[in-house]
This record gives sequence, C-alpha cells and structure tokens, in this order.
Amino acid sequence: MKALSQKRRHPLAAVALLLMGLLLTGGLYAIATTVNQAKAETTSFSASDAEEGKKLFEANCATCHGMGASGTKDGPSLVGVGAAAVDFQVGTGRMPMQMNGPQAQKKPQQFNEEQTRQLAAYVASLGPGPSIPEEHLLDEKGDAAAGGELFRVNCAMCHNAAAAGGALTRGKFAPALGDVTGKHIYEAMVTGPQNMPVFNDANISPEGKRDIITFLKKIEANGSPGGADLGSLGPVSEGLFVWVAGLGVIIAFTIWLTSRTS
Amino acid sequence: MSASSTADVPYVAKTKVGRFTNFVDERVGGSGILREFGRKVFPDHWSFMFGEVALYSFVILLLSGTFLTFFFDPSMAETHYQGSYTPLYNVEMSVAYNSSLNISFDVRGGLFMRQVHHWSALLFVASLSVHMLRVFFTGAFRKPREMNWVVGGVLLILAMAAGFTGYSLPDDLLSGNGLRIIDGVIKSIPVIGTYISFFLFGGEFPGTAIIGRLYVLHILLVPAIILLMIVIHLFMVVVHKHTQYPGPGRNDGNVVGYPLGPVYAAKAGGFFFIVFGVIALMAAAFTINPIWNYGPYDPSPVSAGTQPDWYIGFVDGALRLMPGVVNDFHFEYIVFGHTLTLNVLLPALVPAGILFTVLFTYPWIERWITKDDREHHVLDRPRNAPTRTAIGVAGFTWYCVMWAAAGSDLIATHFHVALNDVTYWLRALFFLGPILAFIVTKRVALALQRKDREIALHGRETGRIVRLPHGEFIEVHAPLDEYKRYRLVGFESLAPLPAVPNEHGVVTRSEKRRAALSKWFFEDRVAPASPAELEAAHAHGHHEAIEAGADQKSLTH
Repeated sequence: MKALSQKRRHPLAAVALLLMGLLLTGGLYAIATTVNQAKAETTSFSASDAEEGKKLFEANCATCHGMGASGTKDGPSLVGVGAAAVDFQVGTGRMPMQMNGPQAQKKPQQFNEEQTRQLAAYVASLGPGPSIPEEHLLDEKGDAAAGGELFRVNCAMCHNAAAAGGALTRGKFAPALGDVTGKHIYEAMVTGPQNMPVFNDANISPEGKRDIITFLKKIEANGSPGGADLGSLGPVSEGLFVWVAGLGVIIAFTIWLTSRTS
Repeated sequence: MSASSTADVPYVAKTKVGRFTNFVDERVGGSGILREFGRKVFPDHWSFMFGEVALYSFVILLLSGTFLTFFFDPSMAETHYQGSYTPLYNVEMSVAYNSSLNISFDVRGGLFMRQVHHWSALLFVASLSVHMLRVFFTGAFRKPREMNWVVGGVLLILAMAAGFTGYSLPDDLLSGNGLRIIDGVIKSIPVIGTYISFFLFGGEFPGTAIIGRLYVLHILLVPAIILLMIVIHLFMVVVHKHTQYPGPGRNDGNVVGYPLGPVYAAKAGGFFFIVFGVIALMAAAFTINPIWNYGPYDPSPVSAGTQPDWYIGFVDGALRLMPGVVNDFHFEYIVFGHTLTLNVLLPALVPAGILFTVLFTYPWIERWITKDDREHHVLDRPRNAPTRTAIGVAGFTWYCVMWAAAGSDLIATHFHVALNDVTYWLRALFFLGPILAFIVTKRVALALQRKDREIALHGRETGRIVRLPHGEFIEVHAPLDEYKRYRLVGFESLAPLPAVPNEHGVVTRSEKRRAALSKWFFEDRVAPASPAELEAAHAHGHHEAIEAGADQKSLTH
C-alpha cells in the first residue's frame, strides 16, 4: 500500500485511473447486455431469425436432412425435433457431422451463437418440439442429493455414477459429463441425442432435471476429496495404478536395497 | 572362561542394564533364539523381496483396519445421511454406508486411513501374486517346498476372500453390484445354489444380514487364517532355508548370502518403512474407491464401469466373455423344472477352477514327469526350464486375457474401438492366447539358451573388427571370466525319460503317458556347454564355430 500511495502523484496516475474506470463501466455494460441477450434467446425467436435460419439450413444441413428438413436416406427428418435438439447438436459441435459413424462426436462449434439460434428458430418453426430450457431451470440451485438419486437411477448405467462416461455397444458410447453446460445437459435429456433415450417431463420433471444438473455441477466443483481421481474410472484404473506405479516404485526400492552385494 | 567356572559361578553382569538383560535372558532364552535366527543366512536378490512386501502390506492392513473398525458400523438398518458431504445429504442409506461416509469425511484422518487400507490391500495381493510368479518361474516349488507352495496358494485364495469381503462392506452401489454378481453365481449352482444364497444372505438378496456377516469374516476369520498360514509359511521357510540363484560356490547343500543379523534385519526393517511410505504416499495423493461417488446401494441402479478390485477381475472378465447364445445354441436349460444357467456357471467357476487346480497340483505334475525326488535349493533360471516357463507364461496370458476382459468397456471408450470388437478379440485370445504364448515363450527360452551357449563357448562380442594380414576380417570376442561363465554353463539340463517297466516287467499305461509328457517337456533342449566343448573352443581360438556336441539332441525344429 505504501508503494501505491507514493505513486499517487505520478503524472500518469490520472490516466491510469481513467483507464480503470472505463474498463469497469465497459465490462459491466458488456455483462449486462449479454444477460439480456441470453434472456431473449430462451424466450422467443423473431421471424427474421427463422428466415436467416432457413438460409443457413439450406446451405449447410439440407444435403443430409433434405430441403424443408423433411429427411433423406442420409439424415432424419427434423420436423418436430424442436429448438432444443438443434441447440444441443449444433451448440456442442456434433452437427454438422464430420463423418458417418456409430455416433456424432463432439467437436469445436461450427456456427456461432447467433447462427445456432437462427437454425434453432427455423427448425422450431417447422413443427412443435422441445424448446430451449428457461434460465431458472439451469441455475444449479436445485437439490443436489435428490438429483444424485435421479442420476444413479436413470443415468449412471451409461454415464457412470461419477459421470465419467461409459461404453455402449458397437462403438457407441455415453460421454463423460464434465465440462458440459447445464443447458446442453437439459437439452440432451429432453431430446435424447444419438443413442440416449428421451427423458420427457413425465419421466423426470423439469425440477428433477434441474436437480440432476445441480448434482452434476456440484460433484464437478467438489473435485476429488481423496486426491487425484485417476479418471474416476473405478477399480480398473486403481488396479492399473497399483501394478504400474505402486509395484514399480517398490521394485525400484528392492533393486536399490540389494544392489550392493551382487 | 572355562566350562567348569561358568557352571559353578553364575554369570553376573557388571552394569545395571546388563543385569536386567541377563535376568530376562535366563528366563526366555532370548540369546539362544537370537543366536539361531541371527545367523540364518538369506541370499540377496531383488526378486526375493516380494513375499516380504506382501507380509508388510498385511501388517499395514492389520494396523489400518483396526483403526477403521473403531468407526465402522456394519449394520444394514436404514438411516438418513446427515454428514458433511452435501451431494448425499439426507439421502436414505444403510448405517454401514453412513459410517463409511463418516469415516471418509467426518473422522479426522479417516479418509487417509481408508485409502491406506485399500491401497495396501491391492498391493498385498499384487505382491503376493508376483511372489508366486517368481517362485513358479524359478522352480522354487520343487522338493522340499511343494507343501509351502500349497500354503502360498491358500494364502492367495484367502487374500482374495479378504479383499472381496472388505470390498463389500461400505455398502455402496459399486460393492452392492459386486455382491449381486456373486449372488448370481451362487444361484447358478445346480440344486444347492438357491439354498446357499438364501442361507448366506439370510433370505432373498440383499436382505439385512449380509454386511454384518461379511464383516465378521473380514475382520475375524479370514485374517486369523491368513495369519496362521503366514506363520506356517515362514516356519517352513526357516526349516527349508531360502533358495538361491545359481552361481559359483552355490549348491544344493549350502546357502550363500548374508546372515539375518545385523545388516539383513536392519535392511528388512527399513524396507517395512519404505513399503509403508509408498502406501502412505499413494493414500495421500491418489483417491481409491471414492464411495461417495457411487451412492448408497439399491438393487435397481447399476453404474457403467462397474468392476471388482483387480484380483477378482479375471472372474468378472470371464463372465463378460461368455456369450449368451451362439447362433441358436442356448446355454440355459430347464431341467426338471429347475433353471440351469451354464452361461453364468461355466465362466464363473470353470476358468478359476482350472487355474487353481493346475496351480495347486503343478509341483506334483512336474515331479511325476521328471521322476525327480532330489532336494532343490538352487533355482532354475527361467530360460533353463523352457517348457515350464512356457506353461507359466501360457497360464499368465490366459489370466491376463480374462483380466483385460473385465475392463473391456474402458478399453472400448479409451481406445475408441467398439466394445463388441474388444469382446470378439478377447474371446479369440481366450483360446489362442495361451497356445501362442506357449510357443513363443518356449522358442524365446531356447533362443536365449543358445545365446548363452554361444557366449560361453566363444566369449562376448566386443564389436572390434580386426583385419588380419591376409585380408580376412574377424570380430574379436572377449573371453568371459570364470564366474560369469559358470552362470551360463552351470545348470542341469533334463532329458526325456523313456518309459521303464515296473517290477513285474510291465510298462503301465500311466508310465507311457508319463514318458510321452516327459518327451514333450524335454525333447527341445539346449545342453549347457560341457567342459570338453569349452576346452575345444579355447583351443580353436576365437570365433570358429563349434558344432553342437554329442549330448545336444534333436534341435531340428
């Protein structure tokens, strides 16, 4: 503090102060506007969104999904899949698909947020389907313990109890759920992407989904209380570790202990 | 001090400590014990220390396990969790799981001790297994140690039993799934299976009795028998003396090494703390069995990636490899109104049964084939017993295929291959792997023996090329010193033992079988370089090839 107070009469002090003030107000403004945008995004789409989305769709998606999203032999019809499906598939980079395979892989997004919204608006305009979840369902303030129970009963058999992911048949898999946004988790539950079943609001209520997201975010934030988690893969990684690292270090010691005599 | 004076005048120590020590010694005979055991000679080799690691792990298991019993409550009564791990707050669970969570989060040092206990359990079985592999591949199970080999095998089974009963105690989802598999296996046993299951679980699975029962087995019966077996095992080690690797001056009549006291004892004592340190480090820095992730046991959910601890893995893997149906061939039958599920019964019991039967009987099988009734205290280098080594590696490969199958789902996700393909490949390897491993290992062992023979006869290649005056290039071979050469030539190479008639002059059928096996065992052999060959090789000078001697037979394939 002493150093700071000594420099308060420095010729550039005023400039620095001004710069800090500008950064603060600018930053606050930026945050305020994005908050507004997010709200607008989840509520409704304008007619121009759907219009723009149609153009994007015809240029990028229609090859497989067909004109008017009516489907071809290479891709399913998207009438009635809803905005949530588009937001999930395009928002996680799974669509447009890089190549055919057992399952669309997550990759860097190919469309920015605005384009994703426009595509979603267009597909949503084709027929009623699940919409993008409202903010209050994604606030991660639900009941984590209840979410944990729902997760273990409904999700853990594929995604693993610690959400570390798991294998399905013939190259398909349930991905790990770390680093997945609450919005995408919610959308996945209501739309059932790839090989995932649909968990509609009759199966798991919106509040239940909120609890599940709360649980997942909580265990992610909690980290691993017992030290490095070895991938949360259970006894296989533990066994591998004890054989390679544990026994390896011990063998090194046995060689050291007996090295002087031979 | 003469004998008569000691008899007449009792020894009186000069110092107070001396007098006190003498008082104790005259009553318990400590100096006699120390004289006997302190002079016990142990050969020094790193591969002899895995049994020690297992023993130390067991001591650590007893210590950390005792700490855990202070806080663990094996009751299956229902309760609601009120501890400090919020993602499980107020969740209904058993008292056992509740107390395991409390040990992890609310008992000071509890999580660390739980992790010490679990890591040392994994290390205990791992070091025990490596110790057994060492004993097998060096032929240390031969007379007079066959019984001790069996005791070791019993210890392996007991270690697995201790591990499994402990794995089930926290009553979390993972261990409950494991118990469910055991229940399924028990129920697949014809006729008595269901009765045993109902007896074990006190009714239909999961019941409310199993955790308490497993707890008694885990903390009382199994460790007591393990301790008894360890005492028998070590007693026999003292009686038989330790084996040693072949070397100059070592034979079946002596033990070359260091006496137990003082250096060896100090080293062994220090090694205990090294093992403890390694386990403590693992427990402090790496999580094991994070039971809070799995949640309380409930028979309905099953988590992906559910596996047992590594030592039960091969049974789980065999279960995973078993097909449900092959084309239209079913493995499940209804016999007299009872279901016979061979697709559970076969994989769960047969591979483990074969593995342990061969393991327990192998010393007698080899003894029968070789008709070798001599005592062996000098070990075989694995290459010098090619067929035994190949059998061992084949068995090990078989085990590893099943072991890998237990992690088939993780192999699929982490190497981006299809789970079905992993299973198909492992199914093929289940049958072909041991055969391939046998052939490859035997060839490798024979090749190494040939290399040894070559080096013994011609010395080590120096890489120095010399041009002779007449233009010929030769590589200079450096002769071995005698100690190193002894290692390469000083072994016994058994030859096939043809069938011999018994006292009635009849060659029995079993004798014919034995002779056939003996041929299979020993027909491919590389005899050690004989003194005459060595003499000849030296007389010839450096590098001229010495043709195989008269006693080197049938190396045609």
